[in-house]
Amino acid sequence: MKKKTFAIFVGPSVFMMVLFIAAPLLSVLWQSFHVTQPVYEQVEVETCTPGLLGSVCTTEMKTRPLLSDNGKILTETTFVGLQSYRNVIEPEKLRTAIARGSWRDVMNIRFWSALRFTLVFTILTLPLVLGTGLLIALAVNNTLQRIKGPVIFVSLLPFIITPVIGALSIRWLFLGDGILTAGLEWWLDRDIAMFAQAWTIELMMYIYRVWHVAPFAFVVFYAGLQTVNNDAVEAAIIDGASRWQRLRYVIIPHLMPLVIFLTLIHLMDAYRVFEEIVGFSASAHVISLQWLTYEFLLQDGTGARAISRASASAILTMIGIAVLLGVPLRRVWREQRAS
Amino acid sequence: MSSSALRQPMALKALSNGFLAFWCFVAAFPIIWIAVMSFKTPVDAFDSNPFRVIFGPHTRANIGGLSIIDILLGLALAFILVRQAILWLPGKVAEYAPDGRTGIPWLVGGGAYALASLALLVVVLPAALAVLNPLLGPLGTNILGLTTGHYEAVWIDRGFTRNFANSMIVTTGVVMVSLTVGTLAGYGLARSDSVIAFWLLVIALVFRALPHSVLVSGYLPYFITSAEWLAPIFGDAAPTLYGKPWAIIAVLVAINQPFTIWMLRSFFQNIPAELDEAARVDGCSHFGAFRRVIVPVMWPGVITTGLFSFLLAYNDFLVTSLLLDAQNMTMVPAIANMFNRETTASDEVQAIAAAVSITAPLFVLVLVFQRQIVSGLTAGAVKG
Repeated sequence: MKKKTFAIFVGPSVFMMVLFIAAPLLSVLWQSFHVTQPVYEQVEVETCTPGLLGSVCTTEMKTRPLLSDNGKILTETTFVGLQSYRNVIEPEKLRTAIARGSWRDVMNIRFWSALRFTLVFTILTLPLVLGTGLLIALAVNNTLQRIKGPVIFVSLLPFIITPVIGALSIRWLFLGDGILTAGLEWWLDRDIAMFAQAWTIELMMYIYRVWHVAPFAFVVFYAGLQTVNNDAVEAAIIDGASRWQRLRYVIIPHLMPLVIFLTLIHLMDAYRVFEEIVGFSASAHVISLQWLTYEFLLQDGTGARAISRASASAILTMIGIAVLLGVPLRRVWREQRAS
Repeated sequence: MSSSALRQPMALKALSNGFLAFWCFVAAFPIIWIAVMSFKTPVDAFDSNPFRVIFGPHTRANIGGLSIIDILLGLALAFILVRQAILWLPGKVAEYAPDGRTGIPWLVGGGAYALASLALLVVVLPAALAVLNPLLGPLGTNILGLTTGHYEAVWIDRGFTRNFANSMIVTTGVVMVSLTVGTLAGYGLARSDSVIAFWLLVIALVFRALPHSVLVSGYLPYFITSAEWLAPIFGDAAPTLYGKPWAIIAVLVAINQPFTIWMLRSFFQNIPAELDEAARVDGCSHFGAFRRVIVPVMWPGVITTGLFSFLLAYNDFLVTSLLLDAQNMTMVPAIANMFNRETTASDEVQAIAAAVSITAPLFVLVLVFQRQIVSGLTAGAVKG
């Protein structure tokens, strides 16, 4: 294919990606070093209140936003260096917290607690998702031909459901005296409130995520199992390999590329954890890095949005995903070059 | 030898099938349960006794319900309708559109059939049963409490119809644009082995990893002030991008592009290159070859990719909730808002009804396109 034809084919797509992905990235980087604020002026205001002997007047200095000619609030943009980053990661608070050796104080800083949760969430759910997916795939592969279709259909439901709705539906099962809370209370014989403390909410998020993504791992592994070389399995049987050994030394190595693929996808997606926090209304207890940015972007009481801090937090989030993906990607890269 | 050597002990079989049954239960339970809850009064919906949630005594006593004969006839009719949809409908569509390879005849046929079925189930059947029930004595008395009141409240009183229309606009736009742009790029990438193509794919993969909040922080300030900075180009007609559905469509298409071009590329690689080479030997240009030879055979891959574009746009919360105003809100952020504001139990059940309404189309989607979804999920993985 000639260069020109190629350019015409991929042109629209590249244009979209440059305009809506690459350009916003640069602009986020720029925004994180600049703050746009309304310009304020100081004015002397005299307020008089009727008192007993005539009116009592006080003068005070007030700040109010400067208006431009057409009545809009004037804003100015100033370079603030790393100030927005400092506002997000709060190094002084962190230093005192570390000096005091208090983990709880560190977790009181929103950024660090978001980082902690996002990383734990990403890394903890990974083996659970892979394991559950593999188990389902093995079980489906093992069952009657006739029920495979329906089982795959049911398995796809948690994957296909809108994430916010999925989280909400799990929440409704536990809400108040919801059916599962009642069941747990009956089983453990104690009072349970799933949404009253951080660790139970966090636990529900892990469970929800595994429920939501395991079907994807299952479908991928199941497709991989269809291509297992039967000769290799039979050779293993002749060599006297037990069922477990066949799984361990023949089937799992065959699935290894899929494990790497799923790991990469899972790291990308789990690191973006966000919808769970909306669905479980968890923001008072547990937040993630995406939520932190989202929170800065929402309008506060005065209708302002903390764009600069949001950008700083977004850049930090990006650095995080780069570090997280760097490790497995480098391995893949090296293997690709070796082969 | 394989049959006897691979035979499994009973215990292992039972364990594996037991686990499968357990998984199916876990997978389906929350969805089925909220569907059941959405038809009950709050008292029943949040009862701690599961049987009271299913049978809804409070709902039955206060609002109404279904009798045995209602349930039996309803199930029978539903069964017949589904059976006809599978056995009779495809033949009928093929009859009217003999070269019906594209989706439109199917869409029209399926849509008409779905509407007719809905009318039968919701209008004709209840009318017939209203006559039948009193005549049948014990078979005709209500045993299952059921109310559609929450759905009416959500769809009619709370204007969920508007949110639904917005969702449809956004998803349709995203699917159309993203497939048009992505198909061209996917084909170009599949047929080129240049270094640029390789790096484009790598960069797309990097973009795939970006959290969406990063991108939204880039858009938001520009979208809000767009009337100002677009003024030199468009004059007074400069639009404010914030809150506009078509701006969201552009954003979601771009966010989805990396995934789309990877997936379509892998589908196009499966179409033998000899096919377009033959067309080029016969005197077609690259575009002619694409249009005459590739377009007719690309639909399975395009439909699969379209499904995933649809899911992304339909399920999105972050982008739509930050960049759309209340007027143009799609369904998912709308329900989250509804739900955060309200506290009474009745509102809660209305939110459940809204959630079920959002999930129902997805359910149908899996039902119809199960094979395409599975092939899409494995497309990227198996080929590496």
